[in-house]
Formats: sequence, structure tokens, C-alpha cells
Amino acid sequence: MKILVAVKRVIDYNVQIRVKEDGSGVVTDNVKMSTNPPDDNAIEEAVKIKEAGKASEIIAVTVGEEKAQETVRKALAVGADRGIHIKVDSVLEPLAVSKILKKIVEKENPDLVFMGKQAIDDDCNQTGQMLAALLNWPQATFASKIEVKENSLEVTREVDEGLETIEVNTPAIVTCDLRLNEPRYASLPNIMKAKKKPIEQINASDLGVDTNPRIEHIKIEEPPKRKAGIKVASVEELVQKLKNEAKVI
Amino acid sequence: MSVLLIAEHNNKEVKSFTLNAITAASQIDQDLHVLLIGHNADDVAKSLSEVPLVKKVLHMDNEIYENYIAENYTSAILKHADKYSHIVCSANTFGKNLMPRIAALLDISQVSDIIKVIAPDTFLRPIYAGNAFATVKSNDDKKCITIRPTSFEAAETTGGSAEIEKVDAADKTENTKFVNREEIKSDRPELGTARIVISGGRGLQSGENFKLITDVADKLNAAIGASRAAVDAGYITNEHQVGQTGKVVVPDLYIAVGISGAIQHLAGMKESKVIVAINKDGEAPIFSVADYGLEADLFEALPQFLEELNKLNTIQK
Repeated sequence: MKILVAVKRVIDYNVQIRVKEDGSGVVTDNVKMSTNPPDDNAIEEAVKIKEAGKASEIIAVTVGEEKAQETVRKALAVGADRGIHIKVDSVLEPLAVSKILKKIVEKENPDLVFMGKQAIDDDCNQTGQMLAALLNWPQATFASKIEVKENSLEVTREVDEGLETIEVNTPAIVTCDLRLNEPRYASLPNIMKAKKKPIEQINASDLGVDTNPRIEHIKIEEPPKRKAGIKVASVEELVQKLKNEAKVI
Repeated sequence: MSVLLIAEHNNKEVKSFTLNAITAASQIDQDLHVLLIGHNADDVAKSLSEVPLVKKVLHMDNEIYENYIAENYTSAILKHADKYSHIVCSANTFGKNLMPRIAALLDISQVSDIIKVIAPDTFLRPIYAGNAFATVKSNDDKKCITIRPTSFEAAETTGGSAEIEKVDAADKTENTKFVNREEIKSDRPELGTARIVISGGRGLQSGENFKLITDVADKLNAAIGASRAAVDAGYITNEHQVGQTGKVVVPDLYIAVGISGAIQHLAGMKESKVIVAINKDGEAPIFSVADYGLEADLFEALPQFLEELNKLNTIQK
């Protein structure tokens, strides 16, 4: 069984982002970048399935600018076998990314495609479901547990009410939740080994896919700031403030 | 222009977030139709028809819709898509799972998680865990939109009498099967709609200690939330998680206890009307969003808090 894992390079989750003054976006120069956190869970799960003898090959794929390769390299260091980097010059919408990934799926014929449930930059939560639709494959989103069966997966999903379990026939798309597993760190020898693993580079423009933006970003701005609060000295004061000032209890 | 809203329900009741989404949808265009896909859900159809903002209910009843499966919903919705300028639903796990599948098949670039309708093609949405707001304009002919429910008031549920039109079912997928759902039953208000939420973080140190939170929640008739750290540590189950990848809550009162206030947690609660933080670390980022901060050991403060609440003659519920 072959697993394709899609990863995205985003601003590191610990960075307090800053909005550009001209309203055109957020500052990315000299800002720490890393793999989108739930994409790490996607890679980890693929590696665990391979370690359990249920997968033969893991391919890590990313769509992004030149430096996005780092994200693929990291995936190779934790256990992916080879990488694909689809080069683009601009930030693409999830619809365009899913069309590109469809081309890669048609070329590589994986049995499973894993990726994080949402990217923490645009917070769209679309690409996995869109790819599933374009391929006419079943989807299991927000996965917190995956059990590999003969020709199917049993996936436990994190939903508003609690947990839901569905069974999807393969080939299938799974989008991974942060609680699916605990991503491992790459060991130094594995980081060295990963440098020798192949990464194929493909220009998005060679794939014959319409990646033109459909959505105009008119303005990016800072959210309204909360007015500064106060520190109270005691529980008694807190309760009095809530009762008599805020009038919420 | 007309808007098609996809209802979330359990065949007995409309889920409350659908009512918030109805308010937003009616701001896009008043010609609002609701598509109800379910099985033996006549009561749901009736209650939707009584929502004054709803002009028509399309009711698709078939046993294949006993449980919500995105693939089955998608083919059902696509049968009706060409008559509408906008297809919308709530941006919770229901809508997030569903809408991109529809959008991709219509070749539409979806606008996710809107918090404001600026014009029928222009919306405000949070990005980067709510640390920036983007004003976006969709240039697709048709729009697929998900709506952050907590950013809109719930629609009135009585007084309307929309027509209910029965419509035929669509194809069923063979590739996805519903197995089961573990719903955590609780007598408490729902986290997403509660007037008061009290949340615990890693500072609680154990699942047993969440009882301190529960006791106060009982007194205030509050919903219980948690930080991702507390959920990951196994103190409490995932459906309580508040944050960027959990639930977004906007209660009148949010009490954060033993929560440091990571960016990802703030994303889920910082629009709350009044925020209280109880934390022994005076430098914790949670204090930067708190209206009332109490620097104290939660193991002393929570029992005292309960005691003070017990002294009050009346408590708003």
C-alpha cells in the first residue's frame, strides 16, 4: 500500500503574527516557518502504518515556493521515502492546491492520501475534502484514530458532539486531527539520511491546472483590540465585580 | 439571487448553529431556502418552516440519510445547486466536512468561516487563529460559504409559515459507511451556545481536579471548556476543547482557570463579552485578554469562588 502525505509550510504556530501596515497581508520576512502542525500528525500516522508492515511506500508532497522543500525534507527525516515539491510563485487557494494534488494522485496512484485537517495560516479547512471530491474518493475528516483493514479504513472522527466512527473503502482521503498521534522528532542520523532521499521538483505551470485566484483579498487588518482589563486582589472582589460591574452573574 | 442553506439536525431537532447560520444567510439575500436532508425528520421540516427568515424548506427524506455522510449529502445538494446564487452552512464540524466537497465539484473557491456579511460577494473572515481579519471578495459566479455561528445571533424560531416542498433523494455512496457515534450526554448547556463557560487548562493537573471546575459550572449553570493541553493530557474529552482547532465560543462570561493563554486557545474565546482569568502566573498571556484577572492558586481560588457564589442571594442563569 502506498500513502501520499500532503504537507504545507506555514508560519510557526508559536509566532505572534503581525499585520502589514498597508493591509496587504501579514509579515513573513524573517519569521520562523515550520510544517503545519496537523500535517506532522499526518506524516507520523503514515510512518506508523508503514512500521506496522501495512504500507510499502510513503511519498511526501508539498505545493509552495522554493523553501517549501524544507517541509518535505522534514517529512523525509521522520520516515517518508521520497518527496515531491510542486513549485508555485504565489499563494494558491485550496481549490487550486486540490487540483494540483489530483494530478499527483493520478500519477502516483496511492491507496491513501493523508494531510492535516486545516492549515493554521488561512484556517480554510478545505483541501482534503476538495481533493476527495475531485477524485470521487471517500473522505474521513478530523481523524483521531485510524484502523487499517483489508480494503478499508475505520476512522474515528472528532465532531462537535463527541466522536463518530465511519468506515471508508480505499482509496480514501484522511484529514488528521492533532490528537491522532504524537509526532516524533527526527533523529540526527535520520536527518542526514533524509538529505540523500530524492525530492522531485515539478513546476505547477507544467501540470495544466487552472490556479488563478477566484478570491480577492481586499484588506487584511488587525482584529479590534480588547480594552485592557484589571487585576483583582481577591476572589471576593472578583465575584462583586462580576455581579455589580459586569452584571454577568 | 437566492440562498440555499444546508440544515444540520439529528432527525428530531434543528441544531442551534443552523439558526445562527440562517441569520447570516438572510443578510446575503432574503430569498432564503433551507435544504433538509434526513430520514423521518418531519418535525425538523416543520420547525424550519416556522423560522420567519426562511422562505421555503426543501425536504429530502430517505433512509440513506438516517446518518449524515458528506458524500451522500453532496450528491443531494448538487441536484439543487444550479437554482441558487449561494450555498451556505454553519462552519462547525458538520459544515467544514461538507462544504468543500460541494464547492470543488462546482469548481468554486469556497469562503470559509465568515464572521460578517459585507456584501453578497464580500465577507469578513478571521485568519491566523483570529490574529488578522481578511476582507475577501469572491469572484466566482456562485458562492459556497461557511458561517461562523457564534458571530451571528440565532434566528427567531416562531411565527413563520414557509412552504415545505418534498424533493427526491439522490444517489447513495457505497464507499462510506456510518459505524457509530459516541455522543456525550450532558445536562449542562452546550459549549457553543452557553451564556457562561468555565474552562480548565493544564494548571488543573489531573482529570479528577476538573471536579473543581464542575462544581462552579453547576452553580453557574455554565458549560465546561478546556484548553488543548488539558485535552491532550487526558484530563477531559475532546468535545470540550476551545481554540483554533477546537470550538469557538462567545459567551457573556468566560472563566479561564489554569490556562496560560496560547494563541491557539485565545482564538477560540477572545470574542467573549467578559473574560475572567485565574492563574498563579501573573505573566501568563491569558491576562492580556482578561477583563478581570486574579493572580492566585486555582486550588485555593476555585473553592473560595464557589463559597462566594453561594453567598449571593441570586445568580443569573
